[in-house]
Amino acid sequence: MAGVSLDTVRKIYAGNVEAVKGVSLGIEDGSFCVLVGPSGCGKSTLLRMIAGLETISGGEVKIGDRVVNEIEPADRDIAMVFQNYALYPHMSVYDNMAYGLKNRKTPKDEIEKRVKEAARILAIESFLERKPRALSGGQRQRVAMGRAIVRKPQVFLFDEPLSNLDAKLRVQMRVEIKRLQRALGVTSIYVTHDQVEAMTLSDKLVVMSGGQIEQVGSPSEVYRRPETRFVATFIGSPPMNILPGKVEGNGRVSIGGQSLSVSDMRDGLAVGSDIEVGLRPEDVRAGATGQLSMNVDFVEELGATQLFHGKLGGADFIVQAPTGQIAADAKQLSLSIDPANVHLFDPQTTKRLGKA
Amino acid sequence: MRASQDRSNNDLCRHWGLNHMEKRAHFSSKTVPYLLLLPQLAITLIFFYWPASQAIWQSFLMEDAFGLSSEFVGFDNYRHLFAQPEYYKAMSTTVVFSLAVGTLSLACALLLATQADKKLRGGEAFKTLLIWPYAVAPAIAGVLWIFMFHPSLGTLSQPIRALGLDWNPLLNGNHAMTLLVLSATWKQISYNFLFFLAGLQSIPRSVIEAAAIDGAKPIRRFWTIVFPLLSPTTFFLIVVNVVYVFFETFGIIDAVTGGGPAGQTTTLVYKVYADGRVGGDLGGSAAQSVILMVIVIALTAFQFKFVERKVQY
Ligand SMILES: Nc1ncnc2c1ncn2[C@@H]1O[C@H](COP(=O)(O)OP(=O)(O)OP(=O)(O)O)[C@@H](O)[C@H]1O
Ligand SMILES: [Mg+2]
Repeated sequence: MAGVSLDTVRKIYAGNVEAVKGVSLGIEDGSFCVLVGPSGCGKSTLLRMIAGLETISGGEVKIGDRVVNEIEPADRDIAMVFQNYALYPHMSVYDNMAYGLKNRKTPKDEIEKRVKEAARILAIESFLERKPRALSGGQRQRVAMGRAIVRKPQVFLFDEPLSNLDAKLRVQMRVEIKRLQRALGVTSIYVTHDQVEAMTLSDKLVVMSGGQIEQVGSPSEVYRRPETRFVATFIGSPPMNILPGKVEGNGRVSIGGQSLSVSDMRDGLAVGSDIEVGLRPEDVRAGATGQLSMNVDFVEELGATQLFHGKLGGADFIVQAPTGQIAADAKQLSLSIDPANVHLFDPQTTKRLGKA
Repeated sequence: MRASQDRSNNDLCRHWGLNHMEKRAHFSSKTVPYLLLLPQLAITLIFFYWPASQAIWQSFLMEDAFGLSSEFVGFDNYRHLFAQPEYYKAMSTTVVFSLAVGTLSLACALLLATQADKKLRGGEAFKTLLIWPYAVAPAIAGVLWIFMFHPSLGTLSQPIRALGLDWNPLLNGNHAMTLLVLSATWKQISYNFLFFLAGLQSIPRSVIEAAAIDGAKPIRRFWTIVFPLLSPTTFFLIVVNVVYVFFETFGIIDAVTGGGPAGQTTTLVYKVYADGRVGGDLGGSAAQSVILMVIVIALTAFQFKFVERKVQY
């Protein structure tokens, strides 16, 4: 098994489209790395460069100790699971899984042993003789996974493997992928635009935007301490509220004239300068004696929680609270915030203005 | 406004005997459906059943030398036909010709289509250029090839002779056959190409990529993934090409070799024409048409019965 490392990897498509703009990243052996970002941010392109399906315009991709820039996909010792499964429609499930082993001249009894083993793990033993068209989406997904695991590769690559499944199956397969990866201990790189999938699956979360990495970290690090405003609003649902504010002094900002204390704030910011204040809907407490007041426009019911939409300091604001904690017909909320849960960003660079 | 439009629509429908209110097209009058079917029925009758039955009837008649009278001779025409060595010769010529043209045109088209497919996936579009040969009428295609390969006029005859080959399609049957095969193939490649290209383009790119990651090199990828996925297209084209070679190469044969030299490029279809039109043996010619008709019906039945079922995956 092997880790993967990227060094200022770039991709320029025909027509001078720069899809990946110098990405550097180290993925430890055996870890689960998720690339997440909005559509068109270059995450598939990056994954396909690691797979060898796209040429690398600049930089270096290493799998283990080997630079693979010029190595064919077949010789990189990787397996990939595609969004549309990409099963061979004319082959039985068994042959689909055996194909990669046959190409590598694996002995017949070894092939049989490995396919049977994979089929058992994935609970697809009863479909081995069927053609892919006779399977449901979830079953096809399993076969695609089976095709990847029989080869015992050094790295698994997944490009949005669950996005064609219905919501319930998606959650179930997500758990299974995680369990499988833990059991096999194979380094995995997983592309998705679904931030829930990203948070739940990853050991290492990589947030991308516009062909660049915005932040790398464990899911909880990225959630607790977003490095840019983009990450702050992309990770978390409903998204973080961003309000325009002013610096009042060390550890203090104001929003629409209402003052707020902050624990993670850079020292020495000019008093009176503009600053962006980020507050997660779930971090805000409504009570009798809050620092901020908000006008409620309407309430969304999510079952276990309620979302209060309204205006605060002239900007849109959302508060999430357990159902029943706040009266659903409240017109005005008084909000209090733990200073540890206030995030500050530079309005120009959009970078976090936390303690150095 | 809307209501009145609807009403006039209904009136129109009723006028044509169509009852608009039912989900299915429903005819209130018994004659209208027949009227609507009439053009199609007429065409089938006039251009297929009538000549076919004529041919069958003719095949049992023998005309005198001047074509003034004819008598019923039963299966005599067929007996004569199968007693002629030329008929077996035409049969084997047809088989050789179809195999050669079919194989060559399918193979060339597939090769061109795979190359074009690579380019098209890269984003360039020059599909239309490759269809041009098909827009050329068969006789003109034939004449084009004569210009290139005529023993004394042909632009390519001199270079071929320079290579030490005594090129003369007007006298040498093998040369004539080669020329025919080339021109018939050239004509058919573009048609096959289009179908193959469409077939290739419908294979998802990720399936090919998955095979590449699974360790299949391009040649193996082609034979284990691409070719099997193209098999419905291939079988369809085999049938179309056989029909093409059997019947539609008439124009090319007539223009290029006229069935010669010494009947060496006379296929079954060309023999129908040569015996009937030129040789004046209407009965024998009709008997040949009937046999051809049976062959085509058999081929089509074969296509439906075996091929269609086997090719599915
Ligand atoms: N073959 C190509 N030629 C030119 N540009 C391309 C090509 N493939 C992708 N791009 C561009 O590169 C950028 C990144 O594409 P990519 O497919 O990596 O995005 P993505 O992050 O996977 O998005 P999605 O979530 O929609 O799959 C996009 O702007 C896209 O238009
Ligand atoms: Mg993508």
